[in-house]
Amino acid sequence: MNDVPKSPSAFQLNASDNVATLLGEAPAASMVAIVGVTDRAEVVAREKIAMGHKIALTAIGEGETITKFGVVIGIASRRIEPGEWVHLHNCRSQLDERSGAFDLETGAPPKGAEYA
Amino acid sequence: MHDGKWQGFLRADGRKGIRNHILVVYTVECASFVAQEIAKGEPGVQVIGFPGCYDNDYAIRLMLALATHPNIGGVLCVGLGCEYTQPHRIAETVRQSGRPAEAFFIQEKGGTRSSVALGKELILSLRAQADADAVMTEMTWADLTIGAECGGSDGTSGLAGNPVVGKAFDRLVERGGTAIFEETVEMIGLRDLMVARAASPTAAQQLGAAYDKAFNYSKAVRQCSVAPGNFAGGLTTIEEKSMGAFAKGGSQPIEGVIRVSERPPHRGLWILDSVPDEHFMQFGYTNPNDTEGIMDLIAAGSQMVLFITGRGSVIGSAVAPLIKVTGNERTYRNMTEDMDFNAGRVLSGELTMDQAGNELLNLIADVAAGEPSKPERLGHREFFLMYKHQDVPSLEAGCRV
Repeated sequence: MNDVPKSPSAFQLNASDNVATLLGEAPAASMVAIVGVTDRAEVVAREKIAMGHKIALTAIGEGETITKFGVVIGIASRRIEPGEWVHLHNCRSQLDERSGAFDLETGAPPKGAEYA
Repeated sequence: MHDGKWQGFLRADGRKGIRNHILVVYTVECASFVAQEIAKGEPGVQVIGFPGCYDNDYAIRLMLALATHPNIGGVLCVGLGCEYTQPHRIAETVRQSGRPAEAFFIQEKGGTRSSVALGKELILSLRAQADADAVMTEMTWADLTIGAECGGSDGTSGLAGNPVVGKAFDRLVERGGTAIFEETVEMIGLRDLMVARAASPTAAQQLGAAYDKAFNYSKAVRQCSVAPGNFAGGLTTIEEKSMGAFAKGGSQPIEGVIRVSERPPHRGLWILDSVPDEHFMQFGYTNPNDTEGIMDLIAAGSQMVLFITGRGSVIGSAVAPLIKVTGNERTYRNMTEDMDFNAGRVLSGELTMDQAGNELLNLIADVAAGEPSKPERLGHREFFLMYKHQDVPSLEAGCRV
């Protein structure tokens, strides 16, 4: 029997992308089928990844570019393994310094003096 | 495919409308209740207006653009009587455009009830005249100007909702039509990509200038156009959100940049710049809500606007019908009475992107031919206008650089 949990697929937009977008929630260790513009069949999710979030398709070294839509959307702020969740904790904008400190789950900005 | 021919309304200036609405315009917040009461329960009557007592060039240009919009057959202007904005002058401009128009001050007509009763009488006679004046004409794709706006974006917007609208825009422009999209603050990170899409060296200069202005604006307000809900929904950077938003512009060359209340100087695909210009008071925001952007697109002459919403929205728009597109199948199921088009079918593999774009184009033709969109059916006619500063547009050039 296959003990790998069933998982939704992830959509790759451009053949040169190193991330794909989850079309449903992927449980940890689940096999994620890659659909869209791709020659890749699947990748194993290393952790739980929510719908609409990104999964790494390849290993991405620290400082290397993260590509979606065939366009650089950010820089890896640390090494990312295939199947890892790619988000604020490991991908930073080249233009917007503020967003890197936002809450990883809710997206809320860090609590500042205005709430004191 | 739709044969691309339907009947529309020919206006004295040669433009063609897909509706023959009567518009009630209030010239200050104090007159808005009376204006809304006049329109209440009256089919084909819509309301716009400006809340400020002190006038604003940008706001007056926008109200005049809407009062002489091809979807409008007659106008009633209602003022209180103290404000700067002059209802009789708006009515005069409307009459010069070949449409019937009336105006009055509430203070001269004796209060709420008598003003509402007078207003209802006036819109009845405006309706009769607009119907009698109506000249029907054949319309084709080349007579259409369509706007696109997105709001309540989620992970599906950049994957399905916006790209499907981009496909429909590609087909519309191929058929000689005009397409407009905006939200330059959601193009941050894409300067090279934008400039590479320019149809001419002038357009390239305009696109570069519009990008730089939007980027400087974002730096000045210390905020990129990306919100907690976007991060929670899986968008990590402004560059990523921008690419998803830019996808609604399809793949045709971009003819140039227009500003609010300017019409595209010729057919094809255009970007609208709604970002405030520098001004000593530094007032005005860009896109404080979705409705403002939609009204900007309608003021540019769009007879219809496509609104892409992943999370779901329940707005419509005054003056021109709104078609609501979602790339999220769950949103489509949850809000079917509000959603016109399910673009999520391209993610489930039910449709290709090209098939979905063609299907959306058919829906555009049906709504242009008079079929009400879902928001129209529900009676939606949202409108928003606030103070902003934009330099006086230079109509010949299409945009100042």
